[in-house]
Amino acid sequence: MRRVCVIGAGITKFVRRAKETGKELSFEAARMALDSAGMDIKDIQCVAEGTAPDAFDGMHMKAEYLSDGSGAYGKPYTRSYVGGGTGVFTGVHGWWHVASGMFDTCLVIGEEKMSSCHPHPQGAFVTIFDNFTERQLGPNLVWIFALEMNRYMTTHKIKKEDVALVSVKNHGNALDHPSAQLGMKITVEDVLKSEVLAYPVQRLDISPTSDGAAAVIYCTEEIARRYTDNPVFVDGVGWHLDTAYWTDRDLYYPRYVEKAAKMAYKMAKIDNPRKQISFAEPYDPFDYKELHHMEGLQLCGKGEAPILTREGVTQRDGDLPTCPSGGALGVGNPIAATGVMKLCEMFWQLRGEAGKRQVKNDPHTAVAQAWGDLMQVGTVVVMRRGGEHP
Amino acid sequence: MGKVAIIGVGQTVLKPFSPEVSYKEMIFEAAVKAYEDAGVEPRRDVESFIGVSEDFWEGTSIFDEYLPDQVGGALRPVCTIGNEGLAGIASAAMQIMTGQIGVAAIESHSKFSEVDRPLKVMQMAFDPILNRPLDFNPHLVAGLEMARFLDGSGAKRNDCARVVAKNRRNAIANPYAAYPARVTSELVLRSGETFAPLRKLEMSAPADGATVVVLASEERARKLSDNPVWIDGMGWANDTPTLEARDWARARYAEWSVKQAVRMAGWAAKKADLFEIDDTYAYKEIQHAAALGICKPADYAKFITGGNPPINASGGSLGCGHVLDATGIFRLGEAVEQLRGQAGRRQVRGAKRAVVQSWRGVPTTAGAVLMLSNNDGSPAPAGKGAVA
Repeated sequence: MRRVCVIGAGITKFVRRAKETGKELSFEAARMALDSAGMDIKDIQCVAEGTAPDAFDGMHMKAEYLSDGSGAYGKPYTRSYVGGGTGVFTGVHGWWHVASGMFDTCLVIGEEKMSSCHPHPQGAFVTIFDNFTERQLGPNLVWIFALEMNRYMTTHKIKKEDVALVSVKNHGNALDHPSAQLGMKITVEDVLKSEVLAYPVQRLDISPTSDGAAAVIYCTEEIARRYTDNPVFVDGVGWHLDTAYWTDRDLYYPRYVEKAAKMAYKMAKIDNPRKQISFAEPYDPFDYKELHHMEGLQLCGKGEAPILTREGVTQRDGDLPTCPSGGALGVGNPIAATGVMKLCEMFWQLRGEAGKRQVKNDPHTAVAQAWGDLMQVGTVVVMRRGGEHP
Repeated sequence: MGKVAIIGVGQTVLKPFSPEVSYKEMIFEAAVKAYEDAGVEPRRDVESFIGVSEDFWEGTSIFDEYLPDQVGGALRPVCTIGNEGLAGIASAAMQIMTGQIGVAAIESHSKFSEVDRPLKVMQMAFDPILNRPLDFNPHLVAGLEMARFLDGSGAKRNDCARVVAKNRRNAIANPYAAYPARVTSELVLRSGETFAPLRKLEMSAPADGATVVVLASEERARKLSDNPVWIDGMGWANDTPTLEARDWARARYAEWSVKQAVRMAGWAAKKADLFEIDDTYAYKEIQHAAALGICKPADYAKFITGGNPPINASGGSLGCGHVLDATGIFRLGEAVEQLRGQAGRRQVRGAKRAVVQSWRGVPTTAGAVLMLSNNDGSPAPAGKGAVA
């Protein structure tokens, strides 16, 4: 198997309502990624696209529509798709294009334009539920994640104050991200006083809806050497999807994330993630999800993530920074683009190019993860910088 | 780069309507047949599951949610590839070529009969700013393209009618086909001009059905299968999505796809013993045959009557029914049966190589090509019978 390198990254600003079309957002992210790698679109052999529900844009076969904006004209091009897990999965999808030996270079791109959905994209989510048993109840994501958050907090006796610390951290981290939609300095008090949407979920527990795109460039080691002395390596990928019958599962723990993480760690030869991973970009569309996912990613024991957060371990200057980018909560959450934003963040951090966001522990290995569907899918990518690692 | 084999195919009989089964039951039937054919236990042996689907056809957003249970994929690596089915096959093949996955299953289906307003769904694929406000019937694009194709390519209207007569007749021998019939080209030319010059009988009719295919690495295939069919080459490509900017005369996506596939396979597409190529509309078969280098449009009639390798022995989409993004995978099933010598009355004697080509339909320019063979030049596995 060929080792896959990352040599460029690009991102648009994440905003509530972009004037640009989805094609234009894709173009902007792809252009920036190519420029940062020192490549032109003619150097790209194939394109791996990630974009989540067509219902947001009302575009049937959305990837076909986006194809020219994503640089796919005249190229092999496919879209992969696992709901909210799509973004990081696009990093897996691109990986197999290069690791298989079929292609030497691949543009990996994630795009989402949620604002086209009126009056609010949350309305589109009713269509993700089972058309016989659930849809008639008119459910939405805030409801079902409220169930999951409640279950997680109840099982481990977690206080809302501890969960809110994630929101405070990620919104604060995002202040240093030039693409961020919601960088802001807030307090635990602010989170606890924000509007209750579906208890225990409050307004500041949730990431915003966003428009945006992000891209990374994958290539072989041989090609990478022509462009940079400092490539980052995709050393592990994993993905698992659980049963559609989410009502039959115990929601306190994301076992699908555990399986996906173990798949990626095995490939990356990581046997002690707590020691061997420098920082993590777990998916944080809700603040409790970062905690939930840290546990699924085996970065701490079940119920321990709130303790690490309270102790400051997950701050940028801590031992295990999480979401140094600002995450979905702070940078914004244009679903598929969010996951690719996390891949971009690993690339910049591992190259020491994250500027004010740079983590302080001289990072060598990082993991990004996304999650989605009916609390059902985990997608994981592990990246490393060059050289020897513990 | 490791070789990849097809070791199992399962499909349901295509039908215009299928009120007796849900999509899950339909997929389950295809999956059970495919795993039985491959001799694999999905919960133990299959390491990756790929569904090829589009949300709007399903009427469900994030449709991958509803795939795992009926294919044995719950709490396993599962994903959706949003493209034509053959691109899903290519993704699974690449997963296997990385060495990380040994056996993969690919699923695609159509439950078209349950789509309330299919033309509205198709309209949602048009550019929302430039095209959709014109509110035209999506098949109009095919009519325009056919007009451009007939102008100067050398293809004749009568040739398009012959495609219909041939394919629907071929389908009579195909137990999976939904629309077998004895239709003469005269009758086709007498059918109504729906989107001039396109006639009613020159448009394939939709059908319901599911197909599951099992792929394996060379190592696993040799252990599991007596009659593996090898993927020698694969290619897929997109032309521009913009109606106003594309080359209407040629199927460039097919030209690019076959170029990639031939480079990998090392044999020319026209060396195949049979061709399963897209015939969503009758003229498309002639256009795609030209793009693949099988025969020039002007020579099409001579080619199909001249004792050459058959084009669409299955009956094609015109004879079997169009099953949305499952179309390419369904036709791959035909090629596999042929290369295993299991195609019954349709059997092409001594078939060793096949080319399968697909297109995503209006208004896309996405296409894919697979080049297959049943002979990798190596001896049959020890203790097992000779390759059929």
